[in-house]
Amino acid sequence: MGRLHLRYDMMAVLTIGIRLAAVLTGFLVLPLLVGQLEHKAMAHMQARLGPMEAGRFHGWAQLVADGVKFVQKEHVLPDRADRAMFSLAPALALLPYLVILVVIPLGPSLLGVDLDAGLLFVLAAMGVSVLGAVMAGWASGNKYAQLGGMRSAAQLMAYELPLVLVAGSVAMAAGTLSLPGIVAAWSLWWLGWQGIGAVVFFTAGLAELHRPPFDMPVADSEIIMGPYTEYTGLRFAFFLLAEYAGIVVLCALTATLFLGGWRGPYEQQLGWLWMLLKTFALSFVVIWMRATYPRLRADQLQQLAWKVLVPLALIQTGRDRRGEGGGVRCGYLGPAWCTGC
Amino acid sequence: MDHYFSGYALVGLLIVLGIGFVATSFGANALLRPSRPSPGKQSTYECGVEPTDGGWAQSYIRYYVFAYLYVVFAVDAVFVFPWATILATVGFGTATLLEMFVFLGVLATGICYTWRKGVLSWV
Repeated sequence: MGRLHLRYDMMAVLTIGIRLAAVLTGFLVLPLLVGQLEHKAMAHMQARLGPMEAGRFHGWAQLVADGVKFVQKEHVLPDRADRAMFSLAPALALLPYLVILVVIPLGPSLLGVDLDAGLLFVLAAMGVSVLGAVMAGWASGNKYAQLGGMRSAAQLMAYELPLVLVAGSVAMAAGTLSLPGIVAAWSLWWLGWQGIGAVVFFTAGLAELHRPPFDMPVADSEIIMGPYTEYTGLRFAFFLLAEYAGIVVLCALTATLFLGGWRGPYEQQLGWLWMLLKTFALSFVVIWMRATYPRLRADQLQQLAWKVLVPLALIQTGRDRRGEGGGVRCGYLGPAWCTGC
Repeated sequence: MDHYFSGYALVGLLIVLGIGFVATSFGANALLRPSRPSPGKQSTYECGVEPTDGGWAQSYIRYYVFAYLYVVFAVDAVFVFPWATILATVGFGTATLLEMFVFLGVLATGICYTWRKGVLSWV
């Protein structure tokens, strides 16, 4: 009996180990894929070739080579910097995204862990990452870095609210905060019902990640590199990795909440494929926007958040209504042919 | 172990794993990188010109109003979540929905008020 118990425990330990290893692997590989996609896609959008040498075939190993280079670079610690905070900020920016990946379902039975407050957990962790940028900006002891850090904070404050509101709308539609539960409750009609929410969520998420056109905190033509100005070597690379991990997380979340995650044909077998396809399609949109839109000014940024996204998010939340036989339905009061979802 | 918290235990393990990953990479980095500090290199970088004054400059935090707004709204928004998950449950009828509309209405009024006051315009 005791031996059986032990074997049971070993199995449990093994399963947990495999899950954690899978999450860490995804966390290290997916951002690199998005980064490489950005290198190549943006290059072709600008009539360039992008990296072509590293790894011989269309520069596939460029980011690996970059990593090898970064790890050998000197760590320059500015005299004016707050040493401990300066050194730890990259870790604070990076780790929340690793933690978020564990609750995002990849397939019907492929997920790290199903938290019943998953959505709330994810939103909370996403906010923490921005603190890394604020911390870096303040600890650098550099005016430009400080400005960048402050801009990061302002941006987080403006865009967190629409993000949270539309996430609430999804939670209402699904009747649960668990991410696998939301995917299971998703139906095709949600594309219309939660459409506004999807756009608001994606846009606000881009702003939280400081991705163009919301890259004012790191505006290179104004404030050098914002909070990352004083960083070198591996710590700088960690901030870059955090940016791309953030893209993966945002796109995976948008896919999970609004596009049905692993739902699709043969979802029991191919669910993971649909989820990855949706995530990468959204990542492509993120890259596309970088190549397309000019940077928003500080005031434009705040106005977009408070005068467009917040009202839209309130409308999205406000048009949900209670269904006939329980459940929540779309309360769209539009043309007669739209009977609501 | 209690089933409910075992999920969070896994999250805790992952955080430990992540800290381990960061510590390992910083450690490897410390072994592989050169260290040749010099005063010029360690001075504050300000576009390549001589840095002026201290590093922590005074700046006008113009968006403190936005910060206030954020605190008010974010705290309110958290209340949406528990409501969202129970709305579909039997026994929570129209009254629950109306209550939330009142709540959202207060939020919307707040936005309209600040907008009308001109707080949402930058300059």
